[in-house]
Amino acid sequence: MAKDRETDLERTMLNPLRQTTMQFWLVIAALAAICALGVIALVRQWALGLGVTGMNRPVYWGIYITNFVFFIGISHAGTLISAILRVTQAEWRRPITRIAEAITFFALLLGAMSIIIDLGRPERVLYLLIWGRYQSALLWDVTSISVYLLSSTLYLYLPMVPDLARLRDRWAGGRGQGSEVSGQPSAVSDWRYHLYRVLSLGWHGSHEQHRRLERAIGIMAILIIPIAVSVHTVVSWIFGMTMQPMWRSTILGPYFVVGAIFSGIAMLFIFMTIVRKAWRLEPWIGAKQYNYLGILLLVMSAFWGYFTLAEYLTTGYGTVTHEQHVIQAKLTGEYAPWFYAMLACNLIIPFAILLRRQGRTPAGTLIAAVAIAVGMWIERFTIIAPTLTRPSLGFGYAVYTPTITEIAITAASLSLFAMLFLLFFKLFPAISIWEVEEGEHVEAVRQKARELMGVA
Amino acid sequence: MTRWGMVIDLDKCFACQSCTAACRMENNTPPAGPDQASRDRAILWNEVLPFVEGEYPRVKVLLVPRPCQQCDNPPCTHVCPVRATYKNAEGLVMVDYARCIGCRMCTVACPYQVRYFNWYAPEWPAALKAHLNPDPEVAPRPRGVVEKCTFCIHRRRHAEEKAAAEGRPFSATDYAPACVQTCTGRARYFGDLDDPNRLVYQLSHSPRAFRLLEEMGTEPKVYYLKQG
Repeated sequence: MAKDRETDLERTMLNPLRQTTMQFWLVIAALAAICALGVIALVRQWALGLGVTGMNRPVYWGIYITNFVFFIGISHAGTLISAILRVTQAEWRRPITRIAEAITFFALLLGAMSIIIDLGRPERVLYLLIWGRYQSALLWDVTSISVYLLSSTLYLYLPMVPDLARLRDRWAGGRGQGSEVSGQPSAVSDWRYHLYRVLSLGWHGSHEQHRRLERAIGIMAILIIPIAVSVHTVVSWIFGMTMQPMWRSTILGPYFVVGAIFSGIAMLFIFMTIVRKAWRLEPWIGAKQYNYLGILLLVMSAFWGYFTLAEYLTTGYGTVTHEQHVIQAKLTGEYAPWFYAMLACNLIIPFAILLRRQGRTPAGTLIAAVAIAVGMWIERFTIIAPTLTRPSLGFGYAVYTPTITEIAITAASLSLFAMLFLLFFKLFPAISIWEVEEGEHVEAVRQKARELMGVA
Repeated sequence: MTRWGMVIDLDKCFACQSCTAACRMENNTPPAGPDQASRDRAILWNEVLPFVEGEYPRVKVLLVPRPCQQCDNPPCTHVCPVRATYKNAEGLVMVDYARCIGCRMCTVACPYQVRYFNWYAPEWPAALKAHLNPDPEVAPRPRGVVEKCTFCIHRRRHAEEKAAAEGRPFSATDYAPACVQTCTGRARYFGDLDDPNRLVYQLSHSPRAFRLLEEMGTEPKVYYLKQG
């Protein structure tokens, strides 16, 4: 297999691994600069204390927790969507599963990081393992997110093994040269060969290996769905298990899961479009993916709207004083701009663009996806802040204004996320090569079958 | 087992805030300074909360001194992930400053906002620093952890030691928190809520007695006597 001619797909996938443009490094440098600012802000915060944030009493949680929920939310991009599509054998999933799974992996890392940034004593984070108690919803989160990270890593890694073996073989040939056919000069050094060799676990593409791999992927795809659902449910329960107005709601778990899948698909669109453009994957990621995934995004938008209506109507129709204060803060109070921006981003813009087929183009879905990503961040924020500014024991409303430190760390978190994601695909192919090839075979066989049937 | 509780008579309280000041000196809570205080960062274990209803000129103000409510069913201890906050043997809610990771889940869960976070390392002006309470049990807390009213739990130990030195058994009347001792209007009562012979028992069963956010089922051990 290794000595075969490189197919178009393979060449497209391997070239970005061999050569890196100046442009790419400039983007990375810009992202790294933002990260550096965030690190400065974080070191200052660790030196002085959380007083450098805008948090106060009673607004004890601010945009760090918002970021935490947001990142955990977008982690549903991947694994869950890729798993559902795999289980339902949607053929069009093949070129986008790897991107989706990578988003999950890095979003989970950033989510875990956000919670550590929020701790008053980050150096004591391991106390969670030493003295952790399961009566606390926080421990549910620790457990659930760890399991999800572990299984997502495995789920990202397993389908990559055949591709890693291919990379190993390509890099073995000329020690960093491409294949003898393409014969391109390359600056790739030796360490990559060793990396691919170790990671590919001696894969040589035998029938038995394929059988075992498919089986393992099949099991993981099913296992990961309940794990993913549990993750965002328990994330909501760090709010839902308190008695704060508008947090203590049975809808919160499913509401967060829907929001997570919603923002996850949006994030998948954004990164899919970036990678497609930068890596020139237009022949593989095309109208079909944008159309089908666009419909899925629209469905999730409708679900999200339904949950939002259910939540706000039930609360708003009632007269419970503490809840009325919070809902008024969102509908007419100082959080109204946020609230209506959220509705515009999550409902109006997606419906305006995605409802018609002509809207579900790469450009159209990208606009909708960016709006949703922003809208879902705002959604997390308007769940957290308005409730905390209006506690049950009401003696005046509190005010929360994030400081430059919090904004810098938020920007740095997003940059770090994008940077890790881009660098990852400098080392590993962005499309699962063997799965797309397999898809092509499947399609060819089906075509043949259709011909035979058609003739008859 | 003593079930320590407090009764605050709002008719006798005239909101002089000497309880707040006494608590500060007794428990070494740092003064916040005008900047931090204006940002709602002041640490006042015993805060006098103003509940203002209506608009000028028809304003109704209710001033409520609020120590930790020492709930029998405390939401804060339920949510602590590392058991840094817990109920001690006598049902008082304590904080282990050496274990608190600063996640602030308890501060969010407490509906009474009695729990305070150390946003910065505590600081005192030199004149105040000279008068810090030397008791190691109330040593200043480090930055990044949560703290709150303990019903002056260290005073209980002192009282017990004193009783032992005097060769008599420790009684519930030996111990009272600083706010109770200092209260100018004698509006505060403290003792065993389960002992029918005590004033706190009788007052907590008075028809005037109520508790804050009683409907939440937290079962506070601080009772208030209705004003007016």
